[in-house]
Amino acid sequence: MSSVIETKQEAAVEQQLKGTETIELSGSQAVLEALIAEGVDTVFGYPGGAIMPIYDALYDYKEKLNHVLVRHEQGGIHAGQGYARSSGKVGVVFATSGPGATNLVTGLADAQIDSTPLVCITGQVFAHLLGTDAFQETDVINITTPVTKWNYQITDATEIPHILAKAFYIAGTGRPGPVLIDITKNAQFQKFDYKGYQKCNHIRSYRPKPIVRKSYVEAAAKMINEAKKPFVIFGQGVILGRAEQEFKAFIEKGGLPAAWTILGLSALPTSHPQNVGMLGMHGNYGPNVLTNECDVLIAVGMRFDDRVTGRLDKYAKQAKIIHLDIDPAEIDKNVKADVPVWGDCKETLPMLTKLIEEKKHPEWLAKFNAFTQEEIDVVIHKELNPVSEELSMGEVINLLNEITHGDAIIVTDVGQHQMVACRYAQFNESKSNITSGGLGTMGFALPAAIGAKFGAQHRTVVAVIGDGGFQMTLQELGTIMQTGLNVKILILNNRFLGMVRQWQDMFNDKRYSFVDIQSPDYVQLAKAYGISGQSVDDRALLKTAIKTMLEHDGSYLLEVMVSKENNVFPMVPQGCSVSEIRLK
Amino acid sequence: MKIEFTITVYTENQVGLLNRIAIIFSRRKINIESLNVSPSEAEGIHRFTIVIHETEEVVRKLCRQIERQVEVLKAYHNTNEEIIWQEMALYKVPTDEVAEKMKVERLLREHGARAVVIRKDYTIFETTGQREETDKLVKVLEPYGLIEFVRSARVAIIKASKGFHEKLKEFEAVEPAEELVENEFLDKAKDVFTM
Repeated sequence: MSSVIETKQEAAVEQQLKGTETIELSGSQAVLEALIAEGVDTVFGYPGGAIMPIYDALYDYKEKLNHVLVRHEQGGIHAGQGYARSSGKVGVVFATSGPGATNLVTGLADAQIDSTPLVCITGQVFAHLLGTDAFQETDVINITTPVTKWNYQITDATEIPHILAKAFYIAGTGRPGPVLIDITKNAQFQKFDYKGYQKCNHIRSYRPKPIVRKSYVEAAAKMINEAKKPFVIFGQGVILGRAEQEFKAFIEKGGLPAAWTILGLSALPTSHPQNVGMLGMHGNYGPNVLTNECDVLIAVGMRFDDRVTGRLDKYAKQAKIIHLDIDPAEIDKNVKADVPVWGDCKETLPMLTKLIEEKKHPEWLAKFNAFTQEEIDVVIHKELNPVSEELSMGEVINLLNEITHGDAIIVTDVGQHQMVACRYAQFNESKSNITSGGLGTMGFALPAAIGAKFGAQHRTVVAVIGDGGFQMTLQELGTIMQTGLNVKILILNNRFLGMVRQWQDMFNDKRYSFVDIQSPDYVQLAKAYGISGQSVDDRALLKTAIKTMLEHDGSYLLEVMVSKENNVFPMVPQGCSVSEIRLK
Repeated sequence: MKIEFTITVYTENQVGLLNRIAIIFSRRKINIESLNVSPSEAEGIHRFTIVIHETEEVVRKLCRQIERQVEVLKAYHNTNEEIIWQEMALYKVPTDEVAEKMKVERLLREHGARAVVIRKDYTIFETTGQREETDKLVKVLEPYGLIEFVRSARVAIIKASKGFHEKLKEFEAVEPAEELVENEFLDKAKDVFTM
């Protein structure tokens, strides 16, 4: 940081102490001061014409703010998401107007549906040029309205401190989500009397948390206490609410079997005896079938996505439903709740734990275990110990578990490898599974892994990616090269767009329409970016290869050639009930 | 069963909020039959009155989605029985036709209408009422060469709104609304240096 600003800042602090006086700052400087006041350490971004004043100011803040130059704004926002998901903090992204801003849209939609806290700052043309089709002008506020929790256009620098304070407050509280602030170039240049930065902790029209109704908590506890076959299903709400301990205490006291949604994965250690597996289309056998057998279904911080529920009119019809959620709009949206427990699960879970009786449900748990055994016999054993020479995705993930002992952050892309990784990966710690759940954004994993590493630098980050998704955002290898980051890239290459191929196999008479995708030589490609790597197709070499990848000092790309036409099972075919799950 | 619902939304006064609310309907391919935005009885708080045809369940979910928006205070949905509602209509007719052939006095009385403007070339009538009433006057005026007809959006008062009204006033008194910031540079292009 330059001495000029330093002195100015010191002056500002002094003046704040004295009282009324102010210092003059530009809008751009005020933006950066806001980020520092919010405790931001890393920004992912890409400069351009309309955000140049902010980048010019950033030149003086290099020591205080680490700016990561990405290779594409979509990479920037996915990195912001990865950062937010691994650190639990708000991710910050810079982009310019026009194409820079529109390139953020996919990431915003992804963050919106997966409740990821982000503050994106976009440059905009001068305020007097708005609506004139100026160079790189686009109506980013209206383009991003459906995919942001909140957005706002600043045309006057004096708005910057309190609007940014609002932005961070809205992004990070309640049900988190992405916020976009569009700042016109004149406001970035404009000098104004800066009166210091005050964090926002209240907006009169915004209720981040609904008020907990004690009567509902009591009704829920009564229902759980009377249940013979209670079943807990949990989502990312547990992680976002930082309620992992509270959740564990709740299921342990009640002896409740618990299954996770794809975004809930890692909120509970996978080795926990009451963890009964994954819900949904490619989830485990037991939790899917027994959803339609339990007598009380307790949903914690999850939103009954269609990939979890299958056919709604045949979903848990026999069960009483208790739904804990911070977002009142989620209650009754897809599945009608008998007892809605509005509120932050960090508060509601301990209230519930206090009221429930200490119980074990050994026979009921044994039922889950019996289904698990059947799944092992029919599906899992084959997947992890294939008889053919071809490698399976499952055995790769299984070996990865063996070597990392479940301590790594695993970032997955979208498709077959994602389902396999989520099914078989083991996790000891929360915030370890980072994937694009709701939107299913191919190309998410590589940039998100970069962000995840910045968000949790002491942890090993492994990006597990298919050959299709990797080719969507592989330009971010450049970001790894330039930052010297240590990210492990594990490409599971089946030379197909595997999930679409699986559907064409099962539902379209094997009419393989445009799923046959070719790949470049990934090892050579990585080498061009100064990243070491190797490609493996031999079982005998696999373990050593994974070890080499993990032990390598710096980033490493490992391509594993896996079986071309393996299908992921079990599967709840679209339009079927969860109890109609197929093992083959 | 789909019936007519009136949704009343209390909001902050904010640029872009209309779009945020409108897309909640358009995203689900639901047509807005009538939309009115106006200040409410509490200064700084605005009121949307939206009419749609939908089932109660869908309308309830829509209201929750509307309430999720940061700048929305509260959204109510009511059937026609639960509200008092009116629409205003204006009718333009040639003055000579009206003067020659029509018993103006009687017409105005029958339809609760009044003449807003009477000029040599045209006359404008106004009436306020529910859809059927304003439609009826269209039928009556058509034979006299109706030139133009326009009907306003619905405005509605909820019969049982006392509780919220008190909260609203209290709310605004404790925490007055923030001032609306609009773009003030649009007409100042000449004075600004750009690059």
